[in-house]
Amino acid sequence: MFSFIIRRVLVAVPTVLALITVSFVLMHAAPGGPFTNERNVPEAVMENIEAKYNLDKPLWQQYFIYVGNVAQGDLGPSFRYKDFTVNELIESSFPRSAYIGAWSFLFVVVFGVGLGVIAALKQNRWPDYTVMTAAMTGVVFPNFVMAPLLVLLFAVTLRWLPAGGWEGGQVEYIVLPIIAMATSYIAQVARITRSSMIETLRSPFIRTARAKGIPRHKIVLRHALKPALIPVVSYLGPAFVGIITGSVIIDQVFSTGGIGQHFVNGAINRDYSLILGVTILVGMLTILFNAVVDILYTWLDPRVRY
Amino acid sequence: MFFSDKHAGMGELADTLAEEAYTEGRSLWRDARRRFMQHRAAVASLVVLALLLLFAAFGQYLSPWDNESIDWASLPNLDEDGVPSLASQHYFGLDPIGRDLYQRTVQGSRISLMVGVLGALTAVVIGTLYGAISGYVGGRTDAIMMRTLEVLSAFPFMFLVIVLMAVFGRNVLLIFIAIGAVSWLNMARIVRGQTLSLKRKEFIEAAMATGVHPFLIVLRHVVPNVLGVVIVYATLLVPEMILFESFISFLGLGVSEPYTSWGALISEGADAMWTAPWTLIFPMLMLVLTLFCFNFLGDGLRDALDPKDR
Repeated sequence: MFSFIIRRVLVAVPTVLALITVSFVLMHAAPGGPFTNERNVPEAVMENIEAKYNLDKPLWQQYFIYVGNVAQGDLGPSFRYKDFTVNELIESSFPRSAYIGAWSFLFVVVFGVGLGVIAALKQNRWPDYTVMTAAMTGVVFPNFVMAPLLVLLFAVTLRWLPAGGWEGGQVEYIVLPIIAMATSYIAQVARITRSSMIETLRSPFIRTARAKGIPRHKIVLRHALKPALIPVVSYLGPAFVGIITGSVIIDQVFSTGGIGQHFVNGAINRDYSLILGVTILVGMLTILFNAVVDILYTWLDPRVRY
Repeated sequence: MFFSDKHAGMGELADTLAEEAYTEGRSLWRDARRRFMQHRAAVASLVVLALLLLFAAFGQYLSPWDNESIDWASLPNLDEDGVPSLASQHYFGLDPIGRDLYQRTVQGSRISLMVGVLGALTAVVIGTLYGAISGYVGGRTDAIMMRTLEVLSAFPFMFLVIVLMAVFGRNVLLIFIAIGAVSWLNMARIVRGQTLSLKRKEFIEAAMATGVHPFLIVLRHVVPNVLGVVIVYATLLVPEMILFESFISFLGLGVSEPYTSWGALISEGADAMWTAPWTLIFPMLMLVLTLFCFNFLGDGLRDALDPKDR
């Protein structure tokens, strides 16, 4: 296990580096820079600005300065939000996304797996059909449809909940974002759990357990659930990153001020350091949770060893 | 049948058997079609999708308005004059700047469906060839190609696509190339797995033994045999592509004016929903209906072409 973790860390370094390089090159290959939109700036001032952000240096020098800073945990100053560093922007927005994300994830696991198991146990009977129809509906209502629809329903028409804002994460402000975030994931997880559970219940070791006279609920919980969760875990690992880094959509529709907004705004404003910072964060989280998934496999499936 | 006439001679029985065998010999595709037709939701979805296609292609002729001109008469009082009505022949109402939403939706449907189908096609072509070559050649080539795939899937591609869009400008062509080019990874994996098991089949060995060029073997013998799985996966890819494009357009990074797509329309509708909820609802219904149909169609095709998965 220890050597496995070491190996994963060693692989992670070049992957993150490749990620930085690709994003860096892409950003700088783009026409226009972060300051091309400033109007009527005297040339001397422009030169000073560019010198401050090292934009006057050759690209390869900028690249090495940047990578050097990142290695020390410094993501640099934001080009657009001029009084903030990227670290500060991430520190202020990431906790919000993570808060909404953590709740959403909880609901995804509880309802997704729960409904999936129920559907599998009642295969081809009405609970199964109900769950699967609901899941299909969840899949075809992506979050950018779900979010405005929820606002239209609960904020515009019924006026039960506020349409957006954060307000320290009070319950009424995060209910709609969590629903919008979790719906399609719950649907996916329910579908994956169902089909994997059905397959597991047909396998010989379950038949053996049944033949030994073990009660049904014990078979499901003790014997079938763990192997049935393997595909669910492989789906949820990457999904978890998407959930806790929040969604651009959620931030845009509900003005929650999470981290998602920074990516799109960063890309539009050519805020090089902000975009790279967010990309690095998401990339590292992805690698981390892929590793977590692999470790979970060893628990779910004793045949897997590293 | 066979035993209806117990006194029939052996020769007669042989004839009957031969005939039976002949009539019962069904091709894989005919079998698949029969199974598909039994899947009622899938058949219905196919019909609805055909109607949607007709709507996208010819829908514009059903309305006297066009998608660009502004209805100045209704513009000052959009909340009331802009509501969907048959009388004003604005079937879906007016959009926030006074254009006919029906025509905009027709236009958006065209772009969305086109991006969906072409994006899926790009992904399928790249993915199938990559997977088939990797699986067929095997050995070190396979190892390198699969390693590359793993590295690629570690990238947060959604982000890269957004960067691409922001960086190289908003261009319909670029959108579906970008979307297709990042969506082939799973396709490649699936096809590789299928190819690995096909490789040991006799007809491939025969082709090898007769000295057919490896690339031709891949193209003529491997690819056609993985086609069933590819079709199923491609059908499920189309809605994914449509979603992807709509997502990007919703963020304002996708298609740009004068073009539009469902995502762009939903985005406009979301901004205007406080006073004009129909601008959100109609494009949303179109998107959701299409996604529903493609998903059901995919399910039906999976039952038909990949029966072990039922």
